[in-house]
Amino acid sequence: MLNKKECIAMLLAGGQGSRLYALTNNVAKPAVSYGAKYKIIDFPLSNCVNSNIDTVGVLTQYQPLELNEYIGNGQPWDLDRTFGGVHILPPYQGKKKTTWYRGTANAIYQNINFIKRYNPEYVLILSGDHIYKMDYNKMLEFHKAKGSEATIAVIDVDIKEASRFGIMNTLEDGRIYEFEEKPANPKSTNASMGIYIFNAKMLYKYLEADEADENSKNDFGKNIIPKMLEDGIKMYAYQFSGYWKDVGTISSLWEANMDLLGEKPNFDIFDKSWKIYSRNDPYPPQIITEGATVNNSLITVGSLIEGTVINSLLGANVKVRKGAVVRNSLLYDGVEIREGATVDYSIIAENTIVKKNAHVGYGAIDSKKITVVASDLKIEHNVKILPGEMVEKDIKE
Amino acid sequence: MAVLGLIFSNIHDKEVFEATRERTIASCPVGGRYRLIDFPLSNMVNAGVHHIGVVTKSNYQSLMDHIGSGKDWDLARKKGGLQILPPYGFGDQVYSTRLEALKCQIDFIESSNAEYVFLTDCYHICNIDYTSAFKYHIEKGADITCLYHEHEITGNDFAAPKLFDVNEDGRIVKLTIDKNYRGVGNASIDTWIMKREFLMQLIDEAIKTNYKSFNRDILARNLNNYKIYGYKHNGYYGNIVDLNSYFDVNMDLIKKDVRSELFYQDGRAIYTKVRDSAPTKYSNDAVIENSIIADGCIIEGTVKNSVIFRGTRIKKGAVVENSILMQDTIVASNTKLDYVITDKNVKILNKKEMIGGLEELIYVKKGGVL
Repeated sequence: MLNKKECIAMLLAGGQGSRLYALTNNVAKPAVSYGAKYKIIDFPLSNCVNSNIDTVGVLTQYQPLELNEYIGNGQPWDLDRTFGGVHILPPYQGKKKTTWYRGTANAIYQNINFIKRYNPEYVLILSGDHIYKMDYNKMLEFHKAKGSEATIAVIDVDIKEASRFGIMNTLEDGRIYEFEEKPANPKSTNASMGIYIFNAKMLYKYLEADEADENSKNDFGKNIIPKMLEDGIKMYAYQFSGYWKDVGTISSLWEANMDLLGEKPNFDIFDKSWKIYSRNDPYPPQIITEGATVNNSLITVGSLIEGTVINSLLGANVKVRKGAVVRNSLLYDGVEIREGATVDYSIIAENTIVKKNAHVGYGAIDSKKITVVASDLKIEHNVKILPGEMVEKDIKE
Repeated sequence: MAVLGLIFSNIHDKEVFEATRERTIASCPVGGRYRLIDFPLSNMVNAGVHHIGVVTKSNYQSLMDHIGSGKDWDLARKKGGLQILPPYGFGDQVYSTRLEALKCQIDFIESSNAEYVFLTDCYHICNIDYTSAFKYHIEKGADITCLYHEHEITGNDFAAPKLFDVNEDGRIVKLTIDKNYRGVGNASIDTWIMKREFLMQLIDEAIKTNYKSFNRDILARNLNNYKIYGYKHNGYYGNIVDLNSYFDVNMDLIKKDVRSELFYQDGRAIYTKVRDSAPTKYSNDAVIENSIIADGCIIEGTVKNSVIFRGTRIKKGAVVENSILMQDTIVASNTKLDYVITDKNVKILNKKEMIGGLEELIYVKKGGVL
């Protein structure tokens, strides 16, 4: 077996995801549920495996427990390897000092020894915040063909949206001559996807220099990339086209889920050539009983539908009882909606129970105000929760 | 206590039905996402059995594909784990009875250092509490404990039922093997607990005497010599002996009480091979009633009283009732199926309708294109 890897991936999964509010009270953002049976991190992990990248360091920091348990030995993604595979990399105590990860670049810096163990030519940096299917191998081929030293994946965004992103201004051949972080007047629409390939040795050098610079925020976007540009490093933008969605806010998370519905969905997860892998629970298949209505929805194992489910995504072991109605909503694993309750334009996190005749997102008619209910709560009988509310504790009658 | 598991994958395969022509009964699909062997395997694993041998005879390719390394049952182990046991040491012939199968596997049984053995078959669906059965076996100081289930004997079985008369203490005092028996009885579910050394002794004896039948020659002859006890399995017992009972058992799994008993017992989940299917997608036109739908399906038509396996596509305007569609079946638009069982990868493309009945189930074999 070779004692080196051509390219290894480092996945930044420490983000708190504070704009997901109650959904990230107990879990890191990459462990947030998506698409009925997945978690956000399933997408970059599955992309790695499908791109033949079999060594992935997952950098965790905020609420790592759930994520550690979920990833385990990496077997669901075929990442349990004797050399390589998936490794969880939490901050650790060094001989001289102990520090939390201070920024994205610092997180990688602190794990340089992990990277060096595989003696890679290239390092792929990923984030655990996006939903997309991408062949990283094609990006690596591009990187090599261009003789690039640093390649950044970009996606064409609407000019109106461009000032929300880091914009890469490029020459005709794709070489980056300028990087603007959230420009007020963007010159182009090439938004950085936060996916980088670096020549490993060059990266080490920059990370070490960045670490030595006391004024640096130790961030790829703010410090490393601008510094490389300044030094004339050969940097190219790799144009990605396809579905890509940041799920950093409640409304973008809701939208990204809805993108899976419909006859011709914006995002296809049924593609057998690019399977999305996840940890599977040992539950029986779903059951739809007599008198139930299920339209335009995604439902997974263990669920029992006796009521009405329309335009919604339901995780494992969800129960929708007789006379209950769920519309335009996401119900995470183990949620139960009891008789006569209604749920509209809402996200209800794991194992929460909505009791009889309670209403979540009461009267909501569109997605402008998504109601969010945190995990493991009880919403008592007849309670009305208005659109846009953020519920983080039990609601009594 | 170390226990060795022995699962017979196809003792009766010929007799069952068309779906076992090219596979063992053990790997016969059931309940939307399972194969029959998932039940005995999970039952044993849930009782802490970590070394299981699966005795095979023929056509065990699909079985091997299904169980793989055993990792989905947590049986990919360095010590013990899951082992497929192909026919061995029986000359050119393949065994035909359980006792002959055991004779073939004597080396495997001998090489284990487990103190006890659980033995079972693959044609029934139940969530057996082996932990309680084992406790019973120890408490009674039994040589052999035979598991049984009390149910109506209708004569549909492929083999004569083995019926136990059990005394107050639980000891089996009479074993009746009678093809013509009708009525309620304590029928053997072909599951046994005994010491491994004791099993070795029985096999040795069978080799010396040329005994062939485990039930007739070992159990029935020795009710007085050995302490043979019966342990009653209470609760659901689905027995698959032909196409009709296969249909009935699948339909039973739609029932809420059967479902919760089989699949939601604390610490006794049923495991199966993970296929990494997407969730199932229902279109705006989907109408679903009283059905089991596995993951990875796209349902645009009507499904009633049916069991739909992973990856099935039911197109717009199609109506599927009282049917079992195994994995990756495709039903074209405006097709009507009633009382149809399709095996894996069947495509119903050019038929307007296929209407069977409860007594005339239509079976479409694996890969069939109609």
